[in-house]
Amino acid sequence: MTGIAIRDLCVTVGRAEILRGLDLDIASGEWLNIVGPNGAGKTTLLRTILGALDYDGSIVIDGAGEHPSSGLARSIAYVPQVPVIPPGMLVTDYVLLGRTPHRGAFAADSPHDLSVAADVLERLDLHTFAAREVRSLSGGERQRVVMARALTQETPILLLDEPTTALDLGHQQEMLRLIEELRHERGLTVVATLHDLTLAARFGERLALLDAGHLVQVGTAQDVLTVDTIKTHFDATVRIIDDEDGPVVVPV
Amino acid sequence: MTATDRTDGLTVSRLSGRQIGVGMVVLLAAVTAGLTIGPVDIAPHRVLLELLDGLPGIEVDSGLSEIHQGIVEKIRLPRVVLGVLVGATLSLSGAAYQGAFRNPLADPYLLGIAAGAGLGATIAITSNLGDGAGILDPVPLAAFAGALIGVLASYMAGHIGGRSTASLVLAGVAVASFLTACQTYVLQANSDAFREVYAWILGRIATSGWSEPALMVPYFLITVVVVLRHRRALDVLAVGDEEAAALGINPRRIRATVVIAASLGAAAAVSVSGLIGFVGIIVPHTIRLAFGNSNRIVLPLSVLFGGAFMVLADLAARTLVEPAELPIGVVTAFLGAPFFVLVLRTSRREVW
Repeated sequence: MTGIAIRDLCVTVGRAEILRGLDLDIASGEWLNIVGPNGAGKTTLLRTILGALDYDGSIVIDGAGEHPSSGLARSIAYVPQVPVIPPGMLVTDYVLLGRTPHRGAFAADSPHDLSVAADVLERLDLHTFAAREVRSLSGGERQRVVMARALTQETPILLLDEPTTALDLGHQQEMLRLIEELRHERGLTVVATLHDLTLAARFGERLALLDAGHLVQVGTAQDVLTVDTIKTHFDATVRIIDDEDGPVVVPV
Repeated sequence: MTATDRTDGLTVSRLSGRQIGVGMVVLLAAVTAGLTIGPVDIAPHRVLLELLDGLPGIEVDSGLSEIHQGIVEKIRLPRVVLGVLVGATLSLSGAAYQGAFRNPLADPYLLGIAAGAGLGATIAITSNLGDGAGILDPVPLAAFAGALIGVLASYMAGHIGGRSTASLVLAGVAVASFLTACQTYVLQANSDAFREVYAWILGRIATSGWSEPALMVPYFLITVVVVLRHRRALDVLAVGDEEAAALGINPRRIRATVVIAASLGAAAAVSVSGLIGFVGIIVPHTIRLAFGNSNRIVLPLSVLFGGAFMVLADLAARTLVEPAELPIGVVTAFLGAPFFVLVLRTSRREVW
């Protein structure tokens, strides 16, 4: 079943054409990583799927339209590359923002909203931080709190923009493993942009390579990550080591 | 003090009954002080009994003489009530502006309100439109109209420049400069009115009977109802427009509604009491430092503490240099600024 169907997508920001004639099908329950050099249009693609940008072409989100009054917020949760953390906001308050599409902008949190948030905090090992201010947490803890807000939104689709940039190696792996577990537990569709090609190969099912607004290639890591493609599109010289968990990209 | 409530093992920011209680007690104490202290001292418990007596269905004998009753009910009570209304409205409007613009320095005069009101009042004073009292007094009417024109012009100019909050604020700066230039021009041509205009700008809580409080009430109610209804929406808006939209709210509509309601209240406050500065910044930030940053806490408490602060400031304004009166704008800043620095230094919370 198709989770997200994108046809002939063109996005222009100001006078710059960022995405040109993009076709992409993302299956329901799939994890797709979007890779590509800086400025390729990865974040723009995520934000367009989210509904934050005007576009030409069509994007069909499976299951959307059931609750048109709250737009796509019940279908898609978004973790931006640099989330805005309001000063003085407590972890619980921040995570409960994820319930906004379900409770509306004016209503109070219901007992159900609170129990959803409590479950997510427990699941992500954040219950001990619940009363802390989000800004007082470390980078890794903060990233998990932002993820918790997205999960509290209880949407079938997760859009993650560079979910590992602020994290050290160990926390990067931990975060991606967590996403993988949650995807299986909850049947989520995950679309993520990732800079690290080796991590992109190791987690998720398919890679979509974007360059200068064009979708160059979609396929498994073995198909997409070759010495030639990386030379052409990243202008980088690498060696590919075949590991049983997927190709390892080593700069030389 | 923490502003939290444990439900389901969760610590959620929520306005507690205790916080409302503290706010009510402070407000009542300020009101009692405002009614008690003055050239004629009246015992506080008699004032409270007199207030009780004034409530419908309650009959108690306060033991006040008829003259003292008159002082409390006809002179001090309208002034105290106006102080509560103006203080509550300016504080709430300030807190609402800070939330809507996500800017700790935003105050209710941000979008040309002060300059517009100043120009309106200056024109009314210099053109000698007469001294009609109460509702017919041309100065507050002109100030109110000027304030609304200032906001409207800022809003329209801001939309031409783009839709970001920064362009709206910049438009407000441009409109304010323009209106202030107009005011200076009018004043230069009528320098004999300088003292009167200057006194108006510094602000005062003065009443002639109940007409000023009565004028203020509808705007106070609109501001309170609309802004408090948006307290949760403003908490969502705190994560920025794009993330707020991804959470299913419409940031622009919410900001426009909140800013219009807050501006209406601020314009009304300015028209009856002049440009009383600093209240819209100091009260909300003190509440944030003491009770927490959530708008669910800051907005309702701004109403209570804002009202109390203004009554106390007015009390200082009319008693410190008896029998003369200090301009209240001088008092709010002179006493307010050191107090705020004290709170700033002693609080362990992040300011913004």
